[in-house]
Amino acid sequence: MNRLQALYATTIGKKFIAAITGIILFGFILGHVAGNLKVFTGATADGIPHIDEYAHFLKIAGAPLVPEQFVLWSARSVLLISLILHMTVVIQLALISAEARPISYVKSKKRAASLPALWMMFSGLLILGFVIFHILHFTTGTIVIGEFNHGFVYNNLESSFSNPLVGIGYILVMLVLGFHLNHGIWSLFQTLGLDNPDRNKFLRLTATGLTIAIIAGFISIPLAFMTGAMPDPVSYPHELLTGHR
Amino acid sequence: MLTLDSKLPSGPIQDAWTNHKNNLRLVGPKNRPKYKIIVIGSGLAGASAAASMGAMGYNVECFCFQDSPRRAHSIAAQGGINASKNYRNDGDSTWRLFYDTQKGGDYRAREQNVYRLAELSTAIIDQAVSQGVPFAREYGGKLANRSFGGVLVERTFYCRGETGQQLLLGAYSALEEQIAAKTVKMHTRTEMMDVVVVDGKVRGIVVRNLETGEISSHAADAVVLASGGYGNVFYLSTNAKGCNVTANFRAYRRGAGFANPCFTQIHPTSIPASGQYQSKLTLMSESLRNDGRIWVPRDANEKRAPADIPESERYYYLEERYPRFGNLVPRDVAARNAKDVCDKGLGVGPTGYGVYLDFAAAIEEKGAAAVKAKYANLFEMYQRITADDPVETPMRIYPAVHYTMGGLWVDYNLMTNVDGLYSIGESNFADHGANRLGASSLMQCLADGYFIIPVTIGDFLSRNDPGEVTTDHPNFAQAENEVKEQINRLFAVGGTRSSQSFHRELGKIMWEHCGISRSESSLKEGLQKIPELREQFWKNLKLPGKANEFNQSLEHAGRMIDFLDFGELMCHDALTRDESCGCHLREEHQTPEGEAKRDDDNFAFVSVFEYAGEGKKPELNKEPLAFDALPLAKRNYKS
Amino acid sequence: MKISLHVWRQSSRDDRGGMKEYQLDDISPEMSFLEMMDCLNEQLTQNGEEPVAFDHDCREGVCGMCSMVINGEAHGPKAETTTCQLYMRHFEDGAQIYIEPWRSSAFPVIKDLVVDRSAFDRIIQAGGFISNHSGPKPEPNSIPIEPEIAEQALDAATCIGCGACVAACPNGSAMLFTAAKASHLGLLPQGQTERYSRAKTMVNQMEEEGFGSCRNYAECEAQCPKGISIAFIGQLNSDYLKASLVEPVDRRGEMHSQ
Repeated sequence: MNRLQALYATTIGKKFIAAITGIILFGFILGHVAGNLKVFTGATADGIPHIDEYAHFLKIAGAPLVPEQFVLWSARSVLLISLILHMTVVIQLALISAEARPISYVKSKKRAASLPALWMMFSGLLILGFVIFHILHFTTGTIVIGEFNHGFVYNNLESSFSNPLVGIGYILVMLVLGFHLNHGIWSLFQTLGLDNPDRNKFLRLTATGLTIAIIAGFISIPLAFMTGAMPDPVSYPHELLTGHR
Repeated sequence: MLTLDSKLPSGPIQDAWTNHKNNLRLVGPKNRPKYKIIVIGSGLAGASAAASMGAMGYNVECFCFQDSPRRAHSIAAQGGINASKNYRNDGDSTWRLFYDTQKGGDYRAREQNVYRLAELSTAIIDQAVSQGVPFAREYGGKLANRSFGGVLVERTFYCRGETGQQLLLGAYSALEEQIAAKTVKMHTRTEMMDVVVVDGKVRGIVVRNLETGEISSHAADAVVLASGGYGNVFYLSTNAKGCNVTANFRAYRRGAGFANPCFTQIHPTSIPASGQYQSKLTLMSESLRNDGRIWVPRDANEKRAPADIPESERYYYLEERYPRFGNLVPRDVAARNAKDVCDKGLGVGPTGYGVYLDFAAAIEEKGAAAVKAKYANLFEMYQRITADDPVETPMRIYPAVHYTMGGLWVDYNLMTNVDGLYSIGESNFADHGANRLGASSLMQCLADGYFIIPVTIGDFLSRNDPGEVTTDHPNFAQAENEVKEQINRLFAVGGTRSSQSFHRELGKIMWEHCGISRSESSLKEGLQKIPELREQFWKNLKLPGKANEFNQSLEHAGRMIDFLDFGELMCHDALTRDESCGCHLREEHQTPEGEAKRDDDNFAFVSVFEYAGEGKKPELNKEPLAFDALPLAKRNYKS
Repeated sequence: MKISLHVWRQSSRDDRGGMKEYQLDDISPEMSFLEMMDCLNEQLTQNGEEPVAFDHDCREGVCGMCSMVINGEAHGPKAETTTCQLYMRHFEDGAQIYIEPWRSSAFPVIKDLVVDRSAFDRIIQAGGFISNHSGPKPEPNSIPIEPEIAEQALDAATCIGCGACVAACPNGSAMLFTAAKASHLGLLPQGQTERYSRAKTMVNQMEEEGFGSCRNYAECEAQCPKGISIAFIGQLNSDYLKASLVEPVDRRGEMHSQ
């Protein structure tokens, strides 16, 4: 514990935490996009969209070994803690850096720093705002656009994304997320001391490749609904899903 | 008269240093912290000495005028450092390095000193490697060597073209280790203004804090000057802008003898000045002469671009004058001839002080790519500075002042004739005679700092009680007052010219009258012009700012006072040394081929000048040189 | 050529300072940037104004003394070039040139363009050396070093300690400087004994001096006059994390069976 405390006290330690929590959050994004893509795989013989089934599975995963929703909330806790830590250290680092240059330059020119890198704080805050909105929108249903019914994921998606403003908004935010990931994924290797000239190109290509894949996956969903390429929503009794194990 | 006891060990030269060390008195580890040693300068010599003595337990304080000890001009040395490791198995030995250095110095150095330098050379490499100096390595991981001018063996160790930087960073890191250990206290941005001598013994120094302007005194049991060379007396040189003679000259004014001040090494291939505003000269490696042909137009009124001048109208003066050696004549000959053709009005470039170094023939023979590859970084550096591509158009080169062999007189222990005042590195006169061999300056600085002074200083300290005199002694107050008075005098002039403009003018006088070649009449003229310039300086100086603040103009003006007086001393020395030797060429004494002609019967001595008072002619003392191990021979690089 | 200079003027550490404009009418394109500054100072001296204080010494790009942010870039517009090696021909006639000091709370301005970089010395004092005394040492060829590794160490050791990395970094971080020294020594066999303790003590000192945090922009590398690679930052990160998380703290403590 002393080691972690001492590490945390330094900027490298804080960056270490940003990198580790970044990996966790990145893992979530990867899982999330993979799950989301179930929207394209159709429905069961009973007419239940796979995505609805998947969402339900997330709730009951681990049962009966652990109570229903236990795994879900454990994962959510880890993610929440990671997010809070990620934000805390990044804000602390930004404050330290602001203090390190109390007087800014009259003229300032950048040669190497990329826009995504320079705008990490901005993209991060935008993503944070989006995450809150997204949860209120699709998880809790607090913000209702069109129609919202708990558990009927496919129908909810269709209902929201048929509104082009919502669809375009989601797509734009995903592009910002792409910027964040493109720098962030490579950056965490450098921060963890895992990058070197030998593998730098590979790591950077990997970061960009993963980013493109993830963002394409996310964007494809609103796009598909907006262009009307998706099948119409279906109605089925919700008990069918909860009874379906 | 000065008492010049050189304390040279007797007996066979091979055992001299060992025997001498065995007979030195030492200070025990418990007593060392009681002795305070001041080191002036933090270059290779100063940093290595301060670090070594700090590690031994002495109470060391080190002073430098730069913002960090790592900036000292040792950092700019490019080529390498000699050591007689004989890794190449090509017959190298301590003796051969000793012989090469003594011969290179044209027999105007002390044999015992030079032998000791050669003997310590190998330990320097060991020391540097253990500090992490990343010398070039061969494929098997062993140290690499290259050859350097004037010798027949490969004994030069190097880190690309930045050997001085890496060795200095090694010494600097050792110094910082001791600063962290609190055995050394570092004072940066602090300039030594005077040494304080009480009853013939050095007792401390007076310094000026360059940020606040505060003048303060520091007492010590010994003072080590490692303040470098004085090439900047010529204004334009390859030295850093801050290099100056002040520390050495103030010591001289307090009684230390100044030895061979006129011995100045002039490098034949530097990039010429481009205008009046030129502030320093950049060296180009001499190796370029292997592939470049040197020429000037035959017609003084030539206006065409070099490529348009037909062969018949080009004057390949070295090839014509020295058909056997052509462009590869020794440094000093090449330098003198360049000046000669330029003085005749044949020089090229905007100032008329430059000659062409043309690679066209080599390019035709070997191809542009091959020539470019061989000199890649030099061509790049040249193009950066001049905007000309040497592949397209000939380079322009001109000689530049590079290194000063003269310095404070020291005995075998590196102590000046003032008790407790030492001088090491380029600041002393000891090892290079009348000319320094390439890749030997780093070696000497580190031999002095790592291995000689840490041992010899104990011999003096052990004979004295620590802390005998404090800054309460009236001599400190007096020295401080003199320093303050001098600063007030500078501000009081209230004229119209900046001190830089005087420096430029002094440089011109020195270059004209005490430069590449000297003659009785030119030196006498110089001795007339310098006092006139000094008078002008004290009548017409314009000094902005105040004394008690960061004031770079004041720093410069203070150094100018000493340069002006010192320039005169150099001319005196050059005039009294009525022979040619090494880099000192008196036009009256040269071979038909333009080489220096020594007069061993009358001038086989070290000229040691003694300060005789303001406005008085310095007094010449002579330390005779003996040549027991190496009999005198004519310097001959031709066969 | 004619140029307009906008120069930061600050009379002392405590002065607030501000930009001031100067005109120079007779500048030769062959002048180095610092020679142009000499001309400015000569002009100011003649006009009875105080010359601009700026650090400089070797004027051949190796001492690391010169330190100006020129038009927003540390050491000006040419890559891998110190201010002293920059020439006026790199600017256009009539150019507006902004000259500012290194900006960092760890490098307080002393006067005009002169800053106090002693923080760098203190980082070296914290461990930027191989503990050593002067005296007889082992024969260097008894420890072979792969030439590639020696060259890599030299790539790091070529740092001139000018502070451009700090000046260029949007965060004012000193990681490139610290990493270059730690890596130079950490790459060599001679430096292994203290490799991990060095990484720790140097980083801790760097933090204490008040430099900002490294955000992997690589702006330091791009503006470094010696082109030192951010690969060394990666290496320092690795060494530091290993030192903090893996290296045993208590090698000789008690152990019991169970």
